[in-house]
Amino acid sequence: MKKVLELKNVHTYYGQIHALKGINLEVYEGEIVTLIGANGAGKTTTLRTISGMIHPKEGEVLFEGAAVHHLPAHLIVKRGIGHVPEGRRIFPRLTVEENLEIGAFLENDRHKVEERKAEVFDLFPRLAERRKQLGGTLSGGEQQMLAIGRALMQDPRILLMDEPSMGLAPVLVDLIFETIAELNNRGKTILLVEQNALKALQVAHRGYVLQTGEITLSGPAKELAENEEVKRAYLGG
Amino acid sequence: MLEILIQLLPSVLLEGLILGFVYAMIALGYTMVYGVLELINFAHSEIFMAGAVAGAETFILLKGVIANPFLLLALALLIGGTVAAVVAILVERLAYRPLRKRGTTNRLVPLITAIGVSFFLQDLVRLIEGLWHNAFYRRYPSFAVFEATYNLPNWIGVITIALTVWVGFWVLAYFGDWLLRRFKNRAPAKGRTLSLVAAGLTLVFLFLYRHVVFADLGMTIQMKSILVIVVSLAMLYGLNWLVHKTKLGIAIRAVAQDAQTASLMGIDPDVIVSRTFLIGGFLGGVAGVLFGLLYTLVHPYVGFIPGIKAFTAAVLGGIGNITGAAVGGLVLGMLEMLGGTYLTFLTNGAMGTEYKDILAFMILIFILLFRPQGIIGQQLGEKV
Repeated sequence: MKKVLELKNVHTYYGQIHALKGINLEVYEGEIVTLIGANGAGKTTTLRTISGMIHPKEGEVLFEGAAVHHLPAHLIVKRGIGHVPEGRRIFPRLTVEENLEIGAFLENDRHKVEERKAEVFDLFPRLAERRKQLGGTLSGGEQQMLAIGRALMQDPRILLMDEPSMGLAPVLVDLIFETIAELNNRGKTILLVEQNALKALQVAHRGYVLQTGEITLSGPAKELAENEEVKRAYLGG
Repeated sequence: MLEILIQLLPSVLLEGLILGFVYAMIALGYTMVYGVLELINFAHSEIFMAGAVAGAETFILLKGVIANPFLLLALALLIGGTVAAVVAILVERLAYRPLRKRGTTNRLVPLITAIGVSFFLQDLVRLIEGLWHNAFYRRYPSFAVFEATYNLPNWIGVITIALTVWVGFWVLAYFGDWLLRRFKNRAPAKGRTLSLVAAGLTLVFLFLYRHVVFADLGMTIQMKSILVIVVSLAMLYGLNWLVHKTKLGIAIRAVAQDAQTASLMGIDPDVIVSRTFLIGGFLGGVAGVLFGLLYTLVHPYVGFIPGIKAFTAAVLGGIGNITGAAVGGLVLGMLEMLGGTYLTFLTNGAMGTEYKDILAFMILIFILLFRPQGIIGQQLGEKV
């Protein structure tokens, strides 16, 4: 299997705060890998480091074998890393359709853009109904669909997803996890950050447990779900 | 007395509209830059000035070469706009971007830089003009075709008056509705209701005008004023198309709303900021040439007053809001003309046209005090 993404001994700081203390992580093609951990463990920071919104002080981020950690965010996207950011961050005063179009900013082939848009609408029919509506007027679940759809418009080789189920009603949480599985079936490689560890470990192939900036456990998702420590700390029993 | 006031109204409004278009185009530069950077680019008045001076030089240099004044004007607009756009891009590249890269979080630093750049540009143009011509006052040559006045046929007069008065009443109706909402806690009226109220008042006005005042509805307009209106409308239409229908436009709006997330879409925010300065600068430069066409005399310090008025217009419409800047410019131009003309009558000549500047800045102060988000700031909520 081809290694898509690799983090080697990554250290990231927010000012004086040592947020990531030597993260090692790998994602292979076609996998769903999940990163679980408590609030403030560094999950979001890991994703932000990968997509270049913050740069590591030490260590390397390798994407398909090439170091990308020194690149600005917009060039990392160009390599093929899509990011569904925490809190969805859709553009509130762009329409649903414009949000999707801007997702495909790097694609100059109109034909491909239309094709991908049709795929996204196929995946989330709700978005098609609301295509002319401003992003800011959507419900939380619809915004999450839009954020995922927007990232898919880049046709990324790996999709980073930051807490896609956060703040959603249970029905929508199920829908989002079904979508993640469906995307993986269609061949997408996914790195998923979640607080909902139970759901995340059900859908993922492998997992990493992050604690105060360090990876304390890793392995196949099924094994992690059985692990006593994980059960106690993250699965509520 | 009342008869004169009413009879003057249409031409005053028309003059205000023409001036308002110039303000609107400058205001767009302020508002777009504010949209993407949250920076009041006070050097924008000097970008406008650079356009005005470059336009004057074009006219003067090519007057002997090109006989057709319309072609000459087209060239002057193109060169004035281009020079202003280049100046705007350079200012961003050399002054604002280095500050941004240094990660200055203090909002005062770029603001003071902008004022510094403004002084620098004034004296730079003065130096260049001084070395070149030994004088820095430049005059737009006058052409008989541009000065020619036309009698507008009655129906154009009716439509123009109806439209301007309708807009005026619309603003009044909006303001009335705002007062009701503010002090009587009433639900906001629908846009359609306001339009109907304004249309009704306009009809009443037209009726009174025809049958009580017995005035002819024909007006005169100068060719150059027509040109200002045509060019401005074309520019505003073009900008609207650019911002709403092109990829660059959507990217500009995306960066204005959330620059960090925009970079996750593969957009380089620096490139978009630069393009924004280009567009704003071009509009400002074109406005400068039109200003020169209307008022003939330009010099390195000509930008200050129109610049700060356009800033007022941008605040009036809601800073960061493109539609707001255009509407604010038109409203301010008309209010200023109305004030400037009627103050003389109302105070028996004690206060003249010179008070129109004070009027504009009083509007700025009142807007900042009572409605800092501008007239259509949050309602339409459409930032750049």
